[in-house]
Amino acid sequence: MAVTQDDRAPAGAAGTDLAAAASPVLPADLPPPATLSPLSAPVVALNDFRGRHPLAALLLQRIGLSVVLLFAVSLLIFLGVEALPGDFAQTYLGQSATPQAVANIRAQLGLDQPAVTRYLSWLGGVLEGDFGKSWASGQSVTSQIAGRLGNTLFLAFFAAIISVPLAVGLGMVAVLYRNRFPDRLINVLSLGAISLPEFFVGYLLILFFGIQLGWVSFPSTVYSGMPFLARLQAVALPVATLVLVVLAHMMRMTRAAILNVMSSPYIETAELKGLGAFRIIARHAAPNALAPIINVVALNLAYLVVGVVVVEVVFVYPGMGQYMVDAVTVRDMPVVQACGLIFAAVYIVLNMIADILGIVANPRLRHPR
Amino acid sequence: MRARDIPLSAWIGMAGIAIVIIAVLFAPLLAPHGEREIVGDIWQPVGGDFLLGTDNLGRDLLSRLIYGARTTVSVALAATVLSFSLGMILSFTAAVVRGWTDQGLSRLNDLLMSIPTLIFALVVLAVLPQKMWILVLVMAVLDSTRVFRLGRAVATDIAVMDFVEAARVRGEGTIWIIFREILPNALSPLLAEFGLRFAFAVLFLSTLSFLGLGIQPPAADWGGMVKDNKDGIIFGVPAALIPGGAIAALAICVNLVVDWLLNRTTSLKGGRG
Amino acid sequence: MAELLTVKNLTIGATSYPPGEPPKDITIVDGVSFTIEKGRVLGLIGESGAGKSTIGLAALAYGRGGVRITGGTVELDGTELTGLKRSGLRRVRGAKVCYVAQSAAAAFNPAHKLGDQIIEAALRHGILDEAAARKRATELFGVLSLPDPETFGDRYPHQVSGGQLQRAMTVMALLPSPDLIVFDEPTTALDVTTQIDVLAAIKHAIETTHTAAIYVTHDLAVVAQIADDIMVLRHGKTVEYGTAEKIITRPDETYTRDLVSVRSITHPEAKDQSDRLLSIERVDAGYGRIQVLEEVSVHLPKGQTLAVVGESGSGKSTLARVITGLLPPSSGTVRFKGEALPAALSGRSREQLRQIQMIYQMADTAMNPRHTIGQIIGRPLTFYFGLRGAKKRERVQELLDHIELGKGFIDRYPAELSGGQKQRVAIARAIAAEPELILCDEPTSALDPLVADGILKLLLRLQEETHVSYVFITHDIATVRAIADSVAVMFKGRVVRFGPKSDVLAPPFDDYTDLLLKSVPEMRLGWLEEVLSERKMAAAGN
Repeated sequence: MAVTQDDRAPAGAAGTDLAAAASPVLPADLPPPATLSPLSAPVVALNDFRGRHPLAALLLQRIGLSVVLLFAVSLLIFLGVEALPGDFAQTYLGQSATPQAVANIRAQLGLDQPAVTRYLSWLGGVLEGDFGKSWASGQSVTSQIAGRLGNTLFLAFFAAIISVPLAVGLGMVAVLYRNRFPDRLINVLSLGAISLPEFFVGYLLILFFGIQLGWVSFPSTVYSGMPFLARLQAVALPVATLVLVVLAHMMRMTRAAILNVMSSPYIETAELKGLGAFRIIARHAAPNALAPIINVVALNLAYLVVGVVVVEVVFVYPGMGQYMVDAVTVRDMPVVQACGLIFAAVYIVLNMIADILGIVANPRLRHPR
Repeated sequence: MRARDIPLSAWIGMAGIAIVIIAVLFAPLLAPHGEREIVGDIWQPVGGDFLLGTDNLGRDLLSRLIYGARTTVSVALAATVLSFSLGMILSFTAAVVRGWTDQGLSRLNDLLMSIPTLIFALVVLAVLPQKMWILVLVMAVLDSTRVFRLGRAVATDIAVMDFVEAARVRGEGTIWIIFREILPNALSPLLAEFGLRFAFAVLFLSTLSFLGLGIQPPAADWGGMVKDNKDGIIFGVPAALIPGGAIAALAICVNLVVDWLLNRTTSLKGGRG
Repeated sequence: MAELLTVKNLTIGATSYPPGEPPKDITIVDGVSFTIEKGRVLGLIGESGAGKSTIGLAALAYGRGGVRITGGTVELDGTELTGLKRSGLRRVRGAKVCYVAQSAAAAFNPAHKLGDQIIEAALRHGILDEAAARKRATELFGVLSLPDPETFGDRYPHQVSGGQLQRAMTVMALLPSPDLIVFDEPTTALDVTTQIDVLAAIKHAIETTHTAAIYVTHDLAVVAQIADDIMVLRHGKTVEYGTAEKIITRPDETYTRDLVSVRSITHPEAKDQSDRLLSIERVDAGYGRIQVLEEVSVHLPKGQTLAVVGESGSGKSTLARVITGLLPPSSGTVRFKGEALPAALSGRSREQLRQIQMIYQMADTAMNPRHTIGQIIGRPLTFYFGLRGAKKRERVQELLDHIELGKGFIDRYPAELSGGQKQRVAIARAIAAEPELILCDEPTSALDPLVADGILKLLLRLQEETHVSYVFITHDIATVRAIADSVAVMFKGRVVRFGPKSDVLAPPFDDYTDLLLKSVPEMRLGWLEEVLSERKMAAAGN
C-alpha cells in the first residue's frame, strides 16, 4: 500500500489537499497587464495575451510545466545511473574479471563515452521510441515493454472503471447520511482500508478466492492471443486488489469535496429560494462539485498506475511493474530507466490532466472579465 | 484532556502501538526461540507446537515476528525522524526567509514529487549498494518531500499572520520566529503528520522488503517475511498473511490515533485546544 | 393597517459542543416579540452576538448550522411558519419571504449567470413565466441603477463589483414580489461611498414596490435612514422597541442612549506644528510591478495624532508598512526625529525599532495564541530593556493596570479574552516598548461601537500621559473627528488632502473628500434624503 497511500494527505486533511489542488491561480491575483515599467515587446505581447485569454495562458503554462518536468525527470533518472558507486562494468562482471574484459564491456555498453553524449543519444532514442538494449538479455527494451505496457494498462483500466463510480457513489452516500450510521461505518472501514498494504490484500484474496474457493486461477498469467473472457477472468483478483486499495481514499476525498460545496453560502441561498433538494443538488451543487471530483479521480488514477507495481509482483502478472522490479534486482539499467521514465510520464500526465480540468472548470477563468 | 474524552478508536490505536513498543524493547525476553534458529519442519500450522507455526525454513514465526518488529519499527522510525527533521527545517526556512531560497527549495521539491515515490526508490536502489543506512537515507529523502510540502503550507499560513509580522517589526531574529512564534502553533498538525509519516514508512519499508529491495535476509522484518512465505499461499499455507496482518494492524493503529489527533486539532484562533 | 408578520415570544436555541465538555443547549434569542405591517420596514440592531441575524432568518423559519426555533410563534399572513413541513416551507421561502445576505459575492453561485439565478425562484414557484421574469429583472436592474440593465443578467458573479452584486441580490429578492424581504447587513462589507448608493437603491426599491422588510445591521445610523420601526437587541433579548423617530430622538434605555451618542468623543486639535517627529517625503511604493503609493508626503509633530483616512485599496495600510520598514519604498524618504530611517527593517537598529510600535486591526491574529498575556506583554520588555523574572512580571502587571485590565489576566491566553480586552493587551504590548510613535491600523473597526469608544478613550488618555504620537489609519470619519490633530485623505495611492483636522474637514472640499464626508451616515432621520436631493440639485446645476 505504501505507494498509493504515500502521496496522500491523511484522512482528515483530504479537504485541504484538495483545495490546494483545485485552486489554480486566478486572474484576479495576476498583476494588471498595463503597468508602467518599460517592457520589451515580447513580454508586452505575452502579458497582452494573458490579459485577453487567461484560460489559454494558464493551460499553456501548465502544459509547459509538464514538459519541463518530464525533461528534468529524464535527466534525474539518467543521473541516477551516473551516480553508480565504483565502476559498473566491474560490478557487472565480478571481481575476478580481467581488465580487458571490463574494458570490452564498457565499450559495448557505451560507458566509455562522455556522460553528456550518452544522455543526449539516450534521450534522442527515447524520443524516437528506442529505449536501447537490455544489459541482461541483449534484446531491445522497446519491444519487450510494448506488450507489458498493454497488460498493465488493461489491468489499470478495469480497476479504474470499477473503482471510480463506486468511490463517487459511496462518497455521495456518506454525504447524504452525514454523521449518521452509514457515514460513520464508511469512515471507519475506509480508515482501515487505507492502512492495508497491497500485498496483504492481494494474498488474502488469493487465499480465499483462488485457493479455498478455487474460483479463479493463480498466478494471473496472460499471454498474447488469449481470449478476452479468459483474460478478464485472469485479471479479476488483481483488479479487485487495486480497487480495494484505491477506493477508500478516492471515496474520502470525494466526500470532502462534496461537503465543501454543500456548506457554501450559495447552497443556503438556494435553500432560502425554496428550491427542492433535488434541484439544489443538481443545479447548484453539482456544477461546482464536479470539478473537484474529477480532480480527485484523476489524482487517484495517477496513484493507481503506480500501485500496479506491487500488485503485479503479487499476482506474477506479466506487466511493466513486474518487469521493472526484476530489472532492478539484476541491475539491468536500460530497462530500469525505461520503466522509470514511462511510469513517471504517466504520473505526470495524469496529474497535469487533473490540474487542467480544475482550471477549465473554474467559471472565473472560462468567462474572464 | 481527561481519559474519558478519548474515543474508543484512539484507545484501540494506542493499545496496539503499546504492544508493538513492548515487542520492540523486550524482543529477546519475549521471543520463545531465536531469530534465525531453525526449530522444526517448514510451514507447521498455527496453534501446534509453535503458536503461529513455522516459516518456509522451519523457523518459529512468532519469534521472527517479534524480532521483525524491532527491525521494521526501528528502520521506519529512523527514516521518519530523519525525513521529518529534514523536511521541517527546510520548509520552515523556506516559509520564513522567502525569496529565492523558497523558490529554489520549492521547485526542487516539486521536481522530486513529480516522480512517484516507489518508482524513484526502485531506480535509486537499483544503483546504490544494499546497505541499511542507504535504505534509511533513501526513504528519508523521498519522504521529506511530503513533509516539506505540509510544513511549508502550515508555516506559510502562520507566517503571514499579524503576530509574526509584529515579531518581525519588533526586530526578532529568524530563529526566534521559527521556534517561538511559528512552531508552537504548528505542533498539533505536525504531531499528527509525524504519526502518519511513520505509518507510511512502515508500509513503504515493507513494500520494498517484499519486492526484495529493502532489508536483506536473514534479518527478520515484516515485509521480508511476507516475501519469504508467499509461495506457501499456493499450498493454502497462510504464513505470509501473519506478518502482512501485523503490518496492516500497526498502520491501522497509528492511523486511528492520528485521526483522533486531527479531529481535536482546533483552528489557530481557537485557543489552546 | 394589516399585520403581515407577527412574532410572539420567539425563543431560538442551539447546541454547543465545548471541547472536552458534554454538549449543552444554549439560548441565542430569548422571548422576542414584534409585528410588521404591510409595506413597513423594521430595523433590528445590536452588537455581534445579539441574535439579530438569527431573528431575521426565523422569518423564513430557517436556522443556520443546527440553530432551531425552540419556542414562540412566527405567523406570516395568517400562516404559522414554525409548524410547517418542508414542502410548506418551500412555498414560503423565495416566494413570500426573500433574503438578502451580507456577502452577495459568496451567496451567488459562481457557476451560473446572474440573470438565471435572479429569476430562478420566481420561475420555480410559478409566479412569473420566463419572458415576464426577464422583463421584470431588466426593470428592477434599472430601479437599482445597475449598469446596462438589458445585458446585466448575462454576466457571471465574478464579473461585477461588490456593490453591484449586493444590488443584484436585492433584485433577486424583489423579483418574485414577496410580502417580506429580510436584509442581513447588506451594506456592512462595502466601502462607505458605495454603501450610500446601495442604501439609496434599496430604500428606493422598497418604496416603489411597497414590500415590507426586516433590515438587520449593527449600525444605528444606517438603520435610521431606512426603518420605520427599530428594535434594539442585546444578548438575544429586546432592549427597546419603538418607532425609528422615538428610538433615535427619545431613547428610554441607557444602552440605547449610549448607542445613539456613540462616537461623541471630542478631542481638541493641537496647533503646535514645530516639533516634527515623523515626516514622509515623496514616497513611492508598491508590490512587484503594481504601484500602490505615489508621491506620498505627510508629517506628524511629536505628541499628536495623524489620521490617515481612505477606503479599501487607497493605500493607507501600505503606508503603515512603509513606515515600519516591512515594505521599503521604491523612492522617497521616511524621516524620524529629523533623521532618515533605513528603508528596510533589517537595516534599522534595535533602538530605532523600539521607537515605532504597531497596533493591528484584528487583535485575534496579532497575538500568538500559544503565548500567555504575560509572555506577550513581557517580550518587548526583555527584548528592548533586558527585563527578566520578577521585575518583568511586576512591570507587566503595571502595564495591565494601566490599560484597565487589572489582576488575573497575566497567565491567561488570548482566546480567553473578549475582543476589546485583546485590543487592550495589544496596546499594552505597544506601550511596553515605550515608543515615540504608535501606528494604529484600524484598531477599532472590528469592534462593537461601545467597545471601540473605550479603546479610543484609552488611546487618548495614554497620549496625554506619555506624549506618544499616533499614526491612526481608519476608514471611519467619526473616528477621525474623535482623535485626530491632523488628517491625510488618501485616494488611489495618493494623498488628496492633508492638513490640520479643522482645515481638512471644513469646506471648500476637493471632490473626493466631499463625497467621502457626505457618504458617512449621520445619526438622524432624513439624512439620506437630504444627501440624495443635494446630489440631484448638484447634478441639475451642472
